[in-house]
Amino acid sequence: MTAVAARPTRRMPSSSGLKPGEKRFGVARILAILVLLFLAVTWLLPLAWAVATSLQTEADAGSAPVSWFGESGVTFDAYTNVLGAGNVPIWAWNSLWTSAVITFLTVATCALAAYAFSRLDFAGRKPLYFAIIAAIVIPPQVLVIPLFYQMLAFGMVDTYLGLILPQVVAPAMVFILKKFFDQVPIELEEAARVDGASRLRVFWSVVLPLSRPILAAVSIFVFIQAWNNFLWPFLIINDTNLMTLPVGLQTVKSAFGVQYAQNMAMAILAALPLIVLFLFFQRQIIRGIATTGFGGQ
Amino acid sequence: MTTAAVGNRAVATAGPAADDAEATATRERPRNRENGPGWAFVAPLVVFFALFLVWPLIHGLYLSFTDQSMTGAGGAFVGLANYAEAFADAEMWRALWNTVWFTLLSTVPLVLIALVMALLVEAGLPGKWLWRLSFFMPFLLASTVVSLIWVWIFNPQLGLVNSVLQSFGLAAVPWLQDPTVSMISIVIATVWWTVGFNFLLYLAAIQNIPEQQYEAASIDGAGRWRKLWSVTLPQLAPTTMLIVILQILASLKVFDQIYQMMNQLVTPATQSVVVYIFDTGFTGYRFGYASAISYIFFAIVLIISLVQFRTNARRSA
Repeated sequence: MTAVAARPTRRMPSSSGLKPGEKRFGVARILAILVLLFLAVTWLLPLAWAVATSLQTEADAGSAPVSWFGESGVTFDAYTNVLGAGNVPIWAWNSLWTSAVITFLTVATCALAAYAFSRLDFAGRKPLYFAIIAAIVIPPQVLVIPLFYQMLAFGMVDTYLGLILPQVVAPAMVFILKKFFDQVPIELEEAARVDGASRLRVFWSVVLPLSRPILAAVSIFVFIQAWNNFLWPFLIINDTNLMTLPVGLQTVKSAFGVQYAQNMAMAILAALPLIVLFLFFQRQIIRGIATTGFGGQ
Repeated sequence: MTTAAVGNRAVATAGPAADDAEATATRERPRNRENGPGWAFVAPLVVFFALFLVWPLIHGLYLSFTDQSMTGAGGAFVGLANYAEAFADAEMWRALWNTVWFTLLSTVPLVLIALVMALLVEAGLPGKWLWRLSFFMPFLLASTVVSLIWVWIFNPQLGLVNSVLQSFGLAAVPWLQDPTVSMISIVIATVWWTVGFNFLLYLAAIQNIPEQQYEAASIDGAGRWRKLWSVTLPQLAPTTMLIVILQILASLKVFDQIYQMMNQLVTPATQSVVVYIFDTGFTGYRFGYASAISYIFFAIVLIISLVQFRTNARRSA
């Protein structure tokens, strides 16, 4: 294991970002800025183009010449049409609450188990932990066929239960959380144990408060994955009212056909929640990805 | 097996000899065991794990030896017939080749561009958060959103890319319609979408390089480029190895972008293994055969994962 998973120790750059003896306008520096600018513009362009299209009338967006601003000027028609059709808000709500439930269940089950693996000595601990760690290599795509068959048997096709429950399995998160719990000093817990606190009590009032950063990191990672998940929700949900945002978009895009402005308005509306979240919690999200990104590797 | 025992404090404190003696003397005595709380803590996870991972894994293997249909028909044991069919199936081999092709095409830029981005952002230029935001933002989008945007950008008549090409006097390219370029177009969209993830992993790795290494290099008179070649890049080698393997594993699983950007059509030039599994199972209803292909795919992923574990183990040894 590399040291990458550790919390990044931030080097403090001098206020100008220059090291002593460096020229402010060296050739290398200008070149670096130009390459960075080029990359940043390239990476922002597709989103900017989507926004520009979404603010045009369908007639402007769907006819040559291709332009950033339609001849009829800026209009929010595409957004009012999309929102007026009523499905997008329902799908956004479905995405939000199902992702929240998936995140809660995943973090709760993984944290409890990881704590037991780290601290408690019980029969079968080692083989069980080994089995869970080994499961990290199983690609979810391999399980799709038998899982669907199982959901047919359970009568869970086209239900929220069928959507949520199979997404609550995240063996890599057990590994990450156990590694964190292993580093928590045991003395704090022992003091509480001496005072007669039960294991659950110790976990709840001593360990969890200490684990907030790692719990946030894991929650962020699981939430983003659940919010953006496509394959399983697409398979299991057919009812338009139960769809999540990514699935709804996929089914409606064929129905909309050549209404480019509305397509882009939908894309932007679907993208907005996580982008806004990112703007508010940039630091936490970046740290979360950096700590959980390597998964169980 | 022993690797799972990391952090076992009982073993760490008692020496091996003492442990043995105790084991022979009181084999049945539970030493400070907490079976009750232990199992209570892991029970919720075990339930989910057993129901939605272990069981489908076993059942999928069983299905791969049957002619089970999604409609409920069939289900008879057919032995290795599905596997025999798969190895003789030209469409399966093509899907496999397409997947490998996509993996090769996507992994190189997804690692190299991420590295360049991270090195430049950490080079001490102003506006760090803005660069970070630009590169990482696409990763937060759902695949459907990415596909919607890029299908529009690649639109043959009204798309942004072709209009730029034409303004330079170049010919328009049928990005998604021409089988010879459609995979490349999907790779371009994929690089844009997911490079931010590798970029963040590299950022964290660069920030973890001890500052003393740079100071030592400075004392030795190393300049900016020298430090890059002799300190930063060597320090990033293990991270790069990890990112490359994770990227290969991720790219092999490609489904969303292909399925969505090809408008849910199965095209010979872009059909990946997972698209083929999906198509066989849910359009052809052949659950048995689709399970067999799933397991062949799983075997490939497993081999690559094992290679990674080996390199990991060698590095930490």
